[in-house]
This record gives sequence, C-alpha cells and structure tokens, in this order.
Amino acid sequence: MRRSNGAIAGIGELKPQRLTAGVTTLEMIAEVSRLAVLDAGLEPGEIDGLLVGPQVGETPQHVPATIAEYLGLMPTMANVVDLGGASGAGMVWRAAAAIQAGMCEAVLCVLANNREEVPPRSPNRNPIREFDVPFGASGANISYALLMQAHMARYGSKAEDFAAIAAAARANAQLNPDAIFHGKPAGVEAVLASPMIASPLHLLEIVMPVAGGEAVVVVSAERARSLPRSPVHLLGAGEKVTHRAVSQAPCLTSGPLKSAMARAFAQSGTTAGEMSLLSLYDCYTIMVATTIEDAGICAPGQFGSWLRDHDLSHQGDKPLNTHGGQLGFGQPDLAGGMTHVVEAVRQLRGEAGARQIENARLALVTGNGATMSEATALVLGAS
Amino acid sequence: MDLDTLNIAGPTITTLTAPFWDAASRGRLCIQRCEACDKAVFYPRPICPHCWSRRLVWRDASGKGRLKSFSLVHKPGHAGWVPAAPYLVGLVELDEGPTMLSFILTGARAPEVGDPLLLAPTQIGGRMLPAFKIDPNQRRNVG
Repeated sequence: MRRSNGAIAGIGELKPQRLTAGVTTLEMIAEVSRLAVLDAGLEPGEIDGLLVGPQVGETPQHVPATIAEYLGLMPTMANVVDLGGASGAGMVWRAAAAIQAGMCEAVLCVLANNREEVPPRSPNRNPIREFDVPFGASGANISYALLMQAHMARYGSKAEDFAAIAAAARANAQLNPDAIFHGKPAGVEAVLASPMIASPLHLLEIVMPVAGGEAVVVVSAERARSLPRSPVHLLGAGEKVTHRAVSQAPCLTSGPLKSAMARAFAQSGTTAGEMSLLSLYDCYTIMVATTIEDAGICAPGQFGSWLRDHDLSHQGDKPLNTHGGQLGFGQPDLAGGMTHVVEAVRQLRGEAGARQIENARLALVTGNGATMSEATALVLGAS
Repeated sequence: MDLDTLNIAGPTITTLTAPFWDAASRGRLCIQRCEACDKAVFYPRPICPHCWSRRLVWRDASGKGRLKSFSLVHKPGHAGWVPAAPYLVGLVELDEGPTMLSFILTGARAPEVGDPLLLAPTQIGGRMLPAFKIDPNQRRNVG
C-alpha cells in the first residue's frame, strides 16, 4: 500500500444552471457545503478547516471569515486558494498539509458561483454591507470602538489605560529610525488630547496608513543549516476564525487569538511567560489590551495595572513591539501584520541594533484580521 | 438634523433577505427562526448557522433588546453620514438571542452598556430602518 497523505471523506455538487436569479454565491456555498458535510457523515461543528476561493463575487476581502460566519463555523485553519482553475485541486493537498501540520482535523474545501442575467449594481453584497452599513457603521474604527467600550463597561478599564499602549508604542518607535513616528513621541496626555474618532477611540490609538512592504523566506530546518543567516525557527502555530462582523462576535472582550495562542504555546511546549519578545498585532490599542489578557499574561480586565507594573522597552522586563508596533511604525496595509514577524526575526538573530533585547530566545507573534475575527499566533525561537 | 435627508447607500436586497426589509419598511423587525433547533437567526441565511437545517421560518421579533456596546461616531466611515455626526450606533442583543448592529436614537441621558432597548423604526436616508431607543421603563441589565 502506498503512503496516504490524507483522505477525501465527503463530496457535494450543485446541478449546473445557466442562470441563478436572485441567489447569492454565499447561499450557493452554504448549500453545497451542507451536501458535502452530510455526505462525509460529519456534524457542521466538526469542520475546523476552511479553504475557499478568492472572490465569492460579493465580498472582496476577508472571504474565509465571511463564509465561516455565514455557515456558523469557527475554523482553526482558514485560507483563500487563488490558483484559478487549479484552485480546487490546490485546496486538496493544502488541506492535507494543514492536517499533517496539526492545525486542524476536517477541512471543508468549497468553491461556488452564481450567475445572473443582470449583474447586481453593487457586487459587494456581503452581510456587513447589507446589515451594518445602512445603520451608519462603516469601517474598522467603529467596530474597534465597540470592542473598547465593551471592555470598559465590563472591567472598568479607563481611557488612560488604553492610551498607555499607544504611548509605549511611540516610545519604542524612537529607537527605530524607519518608523513613521520616529522623532515624534506622544505621551498618554497627547493621546487623550487627540480627536475623538468614534467614542471611546482617539485618533492616536489608531494606526497610521502608510505605503510599505515586508517579506520573509521560509525553508526547512535542514535547508536553513546550509544558509548564511542564523535561522529563526517556527516552534508552534495556532489559528482561529470566529466571525466577520463585530455584531456576530461570540465575545466582545476576548477574541480568537486566545485559542490560537494556546495552540501555538502547546505545539511549541512554551508558555507566555518565557517569551523574550511579545510582537503583538496592534491595529488599535484595544487589540493589544485584549491580546495580553487572552495570552494569560495578566488576568482578564487587568491589562491597565499590568502595564503600570512592567517596562515594555527592549531593556524592560516585558519587551513588547520593540519596532514601535504598527501604532509607532505605521501600517503598510496587509504588510503591517508582517512587521511583527520581521521584528521578531531581527531580535532572535540578535540584529536589532540599538533596540536589541539581551539574549532574545523566544518570541510570540500575533496576527489579527477584520474585527478581532481572524487570528494567527506563532512562537518563534532563536537557533 | 433630519436623518431622512441623508444621502447614503441603502442595502442591496436579495430574494433571501427581502422579508426582513419588507417588514422593516412597515416598521417591524422580522427575523428567522430554525424549526429544527428552535434558535433565532440573524442575519438571514439559507441554512441555520447553528445546525445547518434548511427549516428556517420568518417570525416577528419582540422588538426588545439590550445594549451590548455602543459608539458615538464623530468621524463617519462614509461621507454621507457626516451631516448626522456625532451619532450613536450600538450592538443590540435581541431578546430572541442574536445580536444586530443598529442606529440608536439619543435620549435624555447618555447610553450605558446593559441599557434595555426598544425597537424604534426611523426614517433614515429615505428608508424606514429598525432603529432602537433606550426603554425608559426598564432597568439596566449588565448580565
């Protein structure tokens, strides 16, 4: 018997139609997914991996989260496979690879399309566009303001607690000449004095959009040994997608990073307390607050007092976002999340210059997408 | 500020979601319920997100809810909303279970998380929307 790299356990198919009047692609994805999972003899809740195409014709970004939310799934591996006509076959080996990597156990691979005589006026027909935007909620600022208000109401956290996160990011950015806010520190008072965008969120608690780029090259540990740079190893990873719209979040004060980080720590056999660097995704101050609490670094609701007790600089007891974070460095769109990876590699190689953490051995890197919806955590280790 | 005069984009309604918007235009809040698992569903879907049953039926909601969170929007994400700023949006946990985002009418006092809410259909941007207001007759529930 040849070695199996994975197995296809269920199939679904819709009867082709020339036209599907009034039916969205999301609806068709729901039906064909139902057929495949039924055929596999699995319950919907057992699906913990999701691979989808790049465009469901109705939502240009966050496609896996949109589909997961629509189907009520909360996968621990979610991805777009964008290989044109090769996408379907491309999904199958990626699903098997994700299972072998320990990221998930049952992967739904789904592609579907509607076809209308007259294409819709606006092709962007995702649920947020239909059920949030008409009520005055557009963009991420309002969503994160709602998360922040919920944290304040539940735990009594204060505006100055959140402002301290932005101030620390600005302080660390003063040692990164490439940071957009290098030479422009901002303390807690300056953050609180900046314009209110959507209460309780101030302007300086929001990343500055910038142009930029980030890249990394990944090889096997064996291959890395023959290359010139000191390798930084992936020791553990975790992923979780729980929703797309903030209205559909299962919890407003804790996010999918909680289980993603738990998996990354378990895979790597490490704990949050062992990390030399916390390289935490920081689109907004509330994101850092929730991540510190979800990592178990402090108790839920206690990030404010935790911040007062710790030094987040490279010389401190808890170095956090030594490159300035995106709040200090700037957010080059999707590349912004990659800055947390690149800084972790610099620190673990010992090449961070004036902001080098002494004897940096382990780093926690987090990524976050949409409205505390899409989460990935990595534990990286020095050689 | 007359909210009805806002020049804002409306929803792109589909066959599936039309019952919600038809009801909204008549000042009602109508959501799906799953006959298989008996859970309420919002937003509308072809299958129940809890059990994947196709047995979804439309029911009038009670119009009662609880404010899970809110934001006073000073800088809207869409230019059409600028004349209304600052305005209040909130996450409304419906008594039936699901949460929806909605426009919250401002009242005599500042909103607080946990405030009881009542459906308050409001003309916004040329259409009747299921907005909410704080229910003055109920106590705050932080639970």
